[in-house]
Amino acid sequence: MNPLPLVAVAGSPNAGKSALFNALTGARQKVGNYPGVTVERHSGRLMLADGRPVEMVDLPGAYSLDPASPDEAVTRDVLLGQQKGERQPDALVIVVDASNLDNHLRFALQLIELGHPTIVALNMVDLAKRDGLELDSKALERELGVPVIETVAVRRRGIQDLHSALDNMLSAPFCGVHKPVKSDLIHLQRRAREIATAAVVSETPVRRWTHRLDAVLLHPVAGPIILALIMFVMFQAVFAWSAAPMDWIGQGVAWLSGVVANALPAGLFRSLIVDGAIAGVGAVITFLPQILILFLFILLLEGTGYMVRAAFLMDKLMHGVGLSGRAFIPLLSSFACAVPGIMATRTIDDPKDRLTTILVAPLMTCSARLPVYTLIIAAFIPNTRVVWGVGLQGLVMFGLYVCGIAGALLAALVLRRGVLKGSGGGFMMELPKYQWPLPKDVAIGLLTRAQIFLKRAGTIILGTTIILWALASIPQAGPGQKQSEVSIAGHIATGIEKVVAPIGFNHDISLALLPAMAAREVSVSAIATVYSIDSPDQQAGATRLQDQLQHRWSLATALAFLAWFIFAPQCISTIAVTRRETNGWKWPLFMVSYLFLLAYIAAGLTYWTAVALGL
Amino acid sequence: MNAPFQPETTSLDLLAVGTKARVLSIDWSVLEKAEASRLRHFGFDEGVTVEPSHLGPFGRDPMAIRVGRMTVAIRRKHAGAIHVQPIR
Repeated sequence: MNPLPLVAVAGSPNAGKSALFNALTGARQKVGNYPGVTVERHSGRLMLADGRPVEMVDLPGAYSLDPASPDEAVTRDVLLGQQKGERQPDALVIVVDASNLDNHLRFALQLIELGHPTIVALNMVDLAKRDGLELDSKALERELGVPVIETVAVRRRGIQDLHSALDNMLSAPFCGVHKPVKSDLIHLQRRAREIATAAVVSETPVRRWTHRLDAVLLHPVAGPIILALIMFVMFQAVFAWSAAPMDWIGQGVAWLSGVVANALPAGLFRSLIVDGAIAGVGAVITFLPQILILFLFILLLEGTGYMVRAAFLMDKLMHGVGLSGRAFIPLLSSFACAVPGIMATRTIDDPKDRLTTILVAPLMTCSARLPVYTLIIAAFIPNTRVVWGVGLQGLVMFGLYVCGIAGALLAALVLRRGVLKGSGGGFMMELPKYQWPLPKDVAIGLLTRAQIFLKRAGTIILGTTIILWALASIPQAGPGQKQSEVSIAGHIATGIEKVVAPIGFNHDISLALLPAMAAREVSVSAIATVYSIDSPDQQAGATRLQDQLQHRWSLATALAFLAWFIFAPQCISTIAVTRRETNGWKWPLFMVSYLFLLAYIAAGLTYWTAVALGL
Repeated sequence: MNAPFQPETTSLDLLAVGTKARVLSIDWSVLEKAEASRLRHFGFDEGVTVEPSHLGPFGRDPMAIRVGRMTVAIRRKHAGAIHVQPIR
């Protein structure tokens, strides 16, 4: 059977391409990756009037077929039928912003020259009208020589017309001849301007909303203050709004493991399911609410057009350490979780800028460090007041965040002087019009992120957890022996202890470091497990664990443990996503090595200083 | 050519916010290939009208420039490659 006809949706950035794609295909979309590159492939299905299904693919936004980023290269290769893992499109829908025709028609002209059956969607005609711009789509159709359909994707206007135009086009046979690109960019640009001018019926100058908003949001004084406020609200939301749902998930996981534990006979298999699979995956999906809230903010900021303004405001400061303004958003996301942060670096054009951002992203204090920090601080830092309203515990927590940020900036500076030396990409971005994002588009974005996250929890994290469980449970300890010393993990811990003993880490910590490779917060449950397995007569519990720590660890050890986790790259998902985003093992290995080295030095310096001070 | 009342030419990075100017020439040679094509994609070309609309809060860098119907952000050093003539 022949594959479905493929219709590619192409257009310049900010033409409303994704909104149009969503309006055509609805929520049932597939997100994949083009083989060999880290560019996402968004596809969906559309039913023609006669019931024939058509596959639609949303190509990355591009300004021309002359690529300046990996995304644009994919767009070009798909359109020329040269992209691995993608068949030649049977038809094209070119999306252009009605109020930015002189620019967007350049790419449209270039695409029309390729000779695919083509429809032009003249999108956002309502906004053009609001800006005082009256266009003649029939004149445009005559000039371009292909059908032009007026659309307002976010209001679903013109979608039906687009549908029937596609229907007609795909019914006619297409022989698939493609002329090579011949016109140069300058010529196309001038032609685009001529056509755009000819298509304008009338233009009344109005003060545009975007300009009014920019006067405030890009104001040299008000702009940074507003940005700081938005960031503050975002962090508050990520931690405050997520508390309740994270609790529910935690309770749900506990309930499930209770039910399963009762249903299964005691033994290795039950331990595998309850302590391995449910506890491990449960610990990770607890973070789903935080990740979704963070992404909600990011999608809203992106959808409204504010994100680019944030990058504009921050560019100079980021440039100081060899990063670009575009790195601001990925690094911000990394405070929740480095995985979406690293994925967000895809928007950075320059490869060295992007790599530097990926390598320092794990230094941002992610939410998985919070359980570790909270436990150690509660156990070892006295709850005294430093000055009015500021407690010592809170100050230590704040200090840990600051150390992470300072570490990241310093690491970027050093990387840019060393292994990633280079002039660095510039900062060139279009500042799009402000607009209200469509709730449906935001919902689709959130759903996609949740699916990706859960899929990872169900595969990589589940696998790793099971392996780590096996290492910690086999062989079973005999009477009078300690499980934490007899198991394979225990023996490995004894080996690790030789390395980390100089920085004040004991056997318990060494054992906890191993499962913490899956996720940092696992170290907390690992320590708890070790103590409860080793002394079954004592009751386990949060306060108990604090007491135990106070008995078994010195203050110097505890402080060194905190310093370790500022830097240590203990997160298998971060390493996996780095491997995927950099297409190989070189950079993830580099990242793990330099971060472990920093962690060792930081913990060592902390321990030795603390011991010298007699703590 | 004799043009006594012609305003002086300058480069885009020296243009004050809100001053419209016409692009006379762009020194493509000082730009990297990707940067040059990005500027072309934004519509920078001889004869188009440009206008700085905002400056970054730190060191007045980067600059937001209106070009055609778009507003784009570029760094000051790249704006320096664009020679313009202010429009009175």
